[in-house]
Amino acid sequence: MRSKILQYLFVWLAIAACEEFLLEPPVENELLDGPIAGLSTSQQQVFLAGDIAFNDEIFGPESGLGPIFVSTSCGGCHAGDGKGHPSTVLTRFGRQDGTGFDHLINLGGPQLQHRAIAGYIPEEIPSEATAITELIAPAVTGLGLLSAVSDQQLLNLVASQQTAGIVSGSLNYVKPPEFFKPQSFHIPNVDGDFIGRFGKKSGAIDLLHQTVNAYKQDMGVTTEFDQEDPINVQVSSLNTDPIADPELPAATVQNVVFYLQTLKAPIPRNPDDPLVQSGKLLFENIGCANCHLPTMVSGLHPIEPLSEKVFHPYTDLLLHDMGPQLDDGYVESQELSSEWRTPPLWGIGLSANSQGGAIHLMHDGRAKSLEEAIVLHGGEAATSSTLYQELTTQEQQSVLTFLRSL
Amino acid sequence: MKRLIILLLSTISIGHTCLAQETEQDSLSEITNKNALFNRPFVLQSQWGKSSTAIGGYIEGNTNYSSTDGVSDGFSMELRRFNIFLYASVGDYIKFISELEFEHGTEEIALETALLDFELDPALIIRAGILLPPIGYFNQNHDGPKWEFIDRPLVSTTILPATLSEMGIGIHGDFNLSGELFSNVQVLTYELYVVNGLQDGIINNSSGRTSIPLGKASSRFEEDNNGSPSLTGRLGIKFKTLGEFGGSFYAGRYNRFQEDGLDLDEKRSLYLWAFDYNLNIKKLRILGEWAWASINVPQSLGPAFGDQQWGAHTDLIYPIRKGDLWRWKETTLNANVRMEFVDYNQGDFVETGANRFDQIWAIVPGISLRFGTNTALKVNFRYQWEKDLLGNPTIKSTGYQFGFASYF
Ligand code: HEC
Ligand code: HEC
Repeated sequence: MRSKILQYLFVWLAIAACEEFLLEPPVENELLDGPIAGLSTSQQQVFLAGDIAFNDEIFGPESGLGPIFVSTSCGGCHAGDGKGHPSTVLTRFGRQDGTGFDHLINLGGPQLQHRAIAGYIPEEIPSEATAITELIAPAVTGLGLLSAVSDQQLLNLVASQQTAGIVSGSLNYVKPPEFFKPQSFHIPNVDGDFIGRFGKKSGAIDLLHQTVNAYKQDMGVTTEFDQEDPINVQVSSLNTDPIADPELPAATVQNVVFYLQTLKAPIPRNPDDPLVQSGKLLFENIGCANCHLPTMVSGLHPIEPLSEKVFHPYTDLLLHDMGPQLDDGYVESQELSSEWRTPPLWGIGLSANSQGGAIHLMHDGRAKSLEEAIVLHGGEAATSSTLYQELTTQEQQSVLTFLRSL
Repeated sequence: MKRLIILLLSTISIGHTCLAQETEQDSLSEITNKNALFNRPFVLQSQWGKSSTAIGGYIEGNTNYSSTDGVSDGFSMELRRFNIFLYASVGDYIKFISELEFEHGTEEIALETALLDFELDPALIIRAGILLPPIGYFNQNHDGPKWEFIDRPLVSTTILPATLSEMGIGIHGDFNLSGELFSNVQVLTYELYVVNGLQDGIINNSSGRTSIPLGKASSRFEEDNNGSPSLTGRLGIKFKTLGEFGGSFYAGRYNRFQEDGLDLDEKRSLYLWAFDYNLNIKKLRILGEWAWASINVPQSLGPAFGDQQWGAHTDLIYPIRKGDLWRWKETTLNANVRMEFVDYNQGDFVETGANRFDQIWAIVPGISLRFGTNTALKVNFRYQWEKDLLGNPTIKSTGYQFGFASYF
């Protein structure tokens, strides 16, 4: 009898021990979540509060969700801080008229909230809309470093691309929202508009701008910065949410902004692998790196780990005309509808970890593989894309291996 | 009959019973309103030494040490529950029972049961009050000391919303069939109740998914949110040698679709079905339940809110040593294993055709040391795999727990 017990205990302990062994923490470079190195303990506390608000705080009708919305949490679209899934794609609409692009604000624009809490009807695209676009969520990692690049550096980049004459990146100027506070490195144009750098068409000036819009347009949550719920004209042209506004205090929004600022940049895997190295070289040789700029330097920044740092985002933060195939007819501010901001490629190798095991690339997630994404490049990127397609299969493989290592 | 008379006397009468020396007859003449405080049958009964009220309860607590994807929050301890039962045989064939639960100290205090049973016949008992709907096996059998595992099964607490208490009224009874038609059948039991029902929290919640347990509104003992009650019932059959099987359901409208004569939403229904078993095959005990949920969820909430859920658990319990241990007689050491699975969102994404996962699997080996039937010490090791809605890489968790539970 006793030996039976011992046997059982032994088996049991053995399972426990080897499973414990299995549960070593995941390797840092396989995860997008986590703070940038060098934060103080008090900064880590704000990071944690922001992490919880971004990833764990799910909204319901009582906490201010909707009444019309697209998803119930930031993390619902940016799972694990990574790219989004086709089931959470958002839709924006508007109309090109004589004077420019009309976001049809009075008809519920610029964004469709096609979900609604129980008892409410979701919004529908008004018949007046002629331009409709679908956007899949990008990863949100490393944005602090990108936000710390000065406007002057971006202006210099535009100029140097013009001189080189291979690609011609441009900047979007955006009307600042009332709550926007310019930093010393922000340079407005003569109309008082500021350079946009977040969003797929650079429609948001800084991370606060992007975050406040996300709460409002993606979740129907009002904040101290913007107290209007999105409207559903089929119900009323007024705010019809029974929850008192603001539904979220400024502190939570600011914690989320701090979290976004201090999320670490994705860490490459196997950067020294010869295949990765040769892929990187080819990537530069065929002109991918003209837009997907490997290296940038941040300007002076009050958060020390973001200040004057060299980093490798594989974007130039500029808009490029990507040709008719990617032209969605939709305009955020002053850009052409065929122009898209070069997306950072860091972390692209981890896309499947947040997109449900498959990958859905480009602005609307239509490309189901890296090759498909490259082949879709037209306009300013057409030459580079053709050069890629002319590479030998082996060379193409090394470019892809390089991309997956990012 | 005598008891009835006492009860009658006590209810129509009786003042200052606090003056304990007085006799039963004396008190009748001295009724004042002021003495209402002690003018209660149980006080009198206790003074006369005829009390039928019994008090009992259970306590359970445990330690936790777990890690998810290799990250642990370290070691902690919790006092899960301290529950008090009050029972009274109120009169002939009338019983009262109640359960007051203190969860995590005084973090959550809940009245889980407070009901009266009127037994017309063992096959027809009328029950009214706050009762435990007989959906599945666990809900009515949730006392920690009854179980060999520290955690409650996921299917029983997250799909079937144990512990679910409801204000309700209905009937139950046993048919003793031994020796009759079927030689192996011992009893057939049934229960059928009308209850207020679960509420809007099933979809109006901050969990981003359909959650049946969140439909337990605290106001459900006071008022039905939609004026449309739910129905719940179970049929059980117990075999002499094998054990018991049960089939049960819970059905009704859960949302507030109308108020003040205004239409607020469509009428939305919830259906739960469960199959449970509690068997003994030689020395092996097999215990478990399977449950299916079908919920009318607004399309507008999107694919994260599932309209079909299901789950199951099975516990295998095997005594490996019986006998005296240290100072205790008749202890039993059991080797146990639980297997469980839940799927909170059956179906596929329209956009990709891929499965909407939102699933958890777990295996929990463990041992338990029982001191009689009332008290148990338990050790569990949990290994759990969780897949989010989108099917991203599996989140693995492991954990060790040590627990204690006892009736008193
Ligand atoms: C419905 C899905 C959805 C939700 C919910 C959502 N996002 Fe996004 N997010 C997107 C999409 C799509 C974009 C691209 C938007 C654009 O191009 O303007 C985006 C862009 C961003 C960006 C800019 C990234 C870049 O590289 O330019 C940030 C920052 C961001 N989201 C943060 C948030 C925060 C913070 C929340 C929660 C408050 C949130 N998002 C909620 C879908 C979502
Ligand atoms: C003219 C600038 C430009 C050049 C040159 C360029 N790209 Fe891009 N790339 C972009 C833009 C802009 C997008 C986003 C387009 C969209 O979302 O529709 C993009 C998207 C991508 C994506 C998908 C990113 C995502 O997150 O969905 C990949 C992968 C990519 N490029 C790789 C390459 C490779 C490899 C090359 C070289 C063969 C290359 N690009 C050349 C501008 C460029």
